[in-house]
Order: sequence, then C-alpha cells, then structure tokens
Amino acid sequence: MAEPNIIGGFGGGALIGLAAVLLLAANGRIAGISGILNGVMTSPSNAERLWRLVFIVGLIAGASLYRLLSGALPIQLLSGPLMLAAAGVLVGFGTKLGSGCTSGHGVCGLARLSPRSVLATIVFMGFGIATVYIVRHLS
Amino acid sequence: MILIASFIAGSVFGLGLTISEMINPVRVIGFLDVAGQWDPTLAFVMAGALAVSLPGFRLVLRRPRPVMAQEFHLPTKSKIDSRLLTGAAIFGVGWGLGGFCPGPALAGLAAGDPAIYLFVMAMVAGQWTATRTLGE
Repeated sequence: MAEPNIIGGFGGGALIGLAAVLLLAANGRIAGISGILNGVMTSPSNAERLWRLVFIVGLIAGASLYRLLSGALPIQLLSGPLMLAAAGVLVGFGTKLGSGCTSGHGVCGLARLSPRSVLATIVFMGFGIATVYIVRHLS
Repeated sequence: MILIASFIAGSVFGLGLTISEMINPVRVIGFLDVAGQWDPTLAFVMAGALAVSLPGFRLVLRRPRPVMAQEFHLPTKSKIDSRLLTGAAIFGVGWGLGGFCPGPALAGLAAGDPAIYLFVMAMVAGQWTATRTLGE
C-alpha cells in the first residue's frame, strides 16, 4: 500500500469543499455530482441541462489540467471490466434512488447538517466497508 | 455568467478530486478496507472538504439569494424513507466494488481509459433505469 496522502488528501478535499461553496454562492446549486449528471439527462429546460453539462466539462477539464501538469492521473483500477460495469450500474441506480452520492450527501448534505444526508452517508459508508470486507477477506 | 461560474466550480472540483486522489480506486478501497491495511487518506479528504463547506455553506446561505441566480435551489425532501436508505446501500455496494463514485468516474474520463468509459456508461444506464422505475 502506498503511504497515506494526508496533505494532498486534505488540500484536495478543501478544493472540493471550495468548489461546492462556489457553486452554491454563484448558482445557488448543490454540487452533488450524481444529481448534476442525472439532470443533464432529465432536466426540463436547455438552461437546466446546459449549466450541468458545463460543470461536468469543467470537472474533466480540472482533471485534464492535473494530468497535463503532473503527467498522469492517479488512477489505479482494481476491478476488471465486468466488475466495473456491474459497479457502475449499482452506483448509478443507487445514487438516483438515494438522491445523492459522496459529494451530494457527504460534502454538501453534511455541510447543511441534513439528517437525511447524515444517515445516507453512514449507510453508504457502511455498505462500502461491508462490500470490501466480503470481497477482500471472505472470498 | 452562470456558465462561467459552473465551469470554474467544476474545474476546481476536478482539481480537488485529482489532488486528493479521491479519483483513485486504490485510495477509496483502501479506506473502505477497515480489516486490512487501512488507508486513512479519504478521511482527510472528507475532513478537508467539510472544513471548507461547513462554514462556507453557513456564510453563503445567510444571503437572500446567490450572486448570479434568482434563488437557492436546495433539496426539499425531509423524510428519511426507504428510497434514501436502499439507494444509499446500493450505491455503497457499487462504490465498494469499483472504487468509483460519480464525480471521480466523470473526472476520470480525462485519463482516456476505456474501462472508465465503461463504468460511466454503466452508471448512466443505472441512473436511467432508476429514473424510469421511479416513474419520474
């Protein structure tokens, strides 16, 4: 295992928090990525779809900038394509059903002290931990 | 102006995801692997995010309206229901299996890896299915 990335983690996390504050302050919107992505598909108006699309383009641009400056993105896949496809379906379905993900509930919801988000965060963390436990230590 | 702000917010978010390595399944699964060699990195990512968003949200929400929009669009649901809990559980399983959640997966498209395209397509399919199933 690589050494914990404490400084990068905290600093990068602070940037995530800052991005959420920026979006709220400027657009009045919650930076919940699952909701933003879903809204690109299901929002009723062009304006609603457009700002979301632009946000996602920005997401990819920010990561691209990092890649440009450092040479590579710090991504190491641990699952094969079949597992990734299954995981993707579950993440998509679950975040829509549960109205949020790590950014929507975990960053924004907790920042608003939302009881729904506190509970959702505990639940997805718990199930994430249980899943990894089963995959890594029981099979 | 809203579009410029959206782009900037998205870019800062994307930079945050990469610098924090939240985009890295190794860090995510390492954090979730409490019984193994536990990697606390993600805890620091959440701490950093909340260190900014908690006070930041409080400050921003004191204003009558956002800077570039007419009103704040905050979630309106208040009930803790089975959809919330079931959805969170399903999401948690998917997160644990792949090590990706929506933000990192989308940002990860910048890597140009077909496996990540696959995840994103599957994620979109999952969202779409849920939308139809919920009758929305």
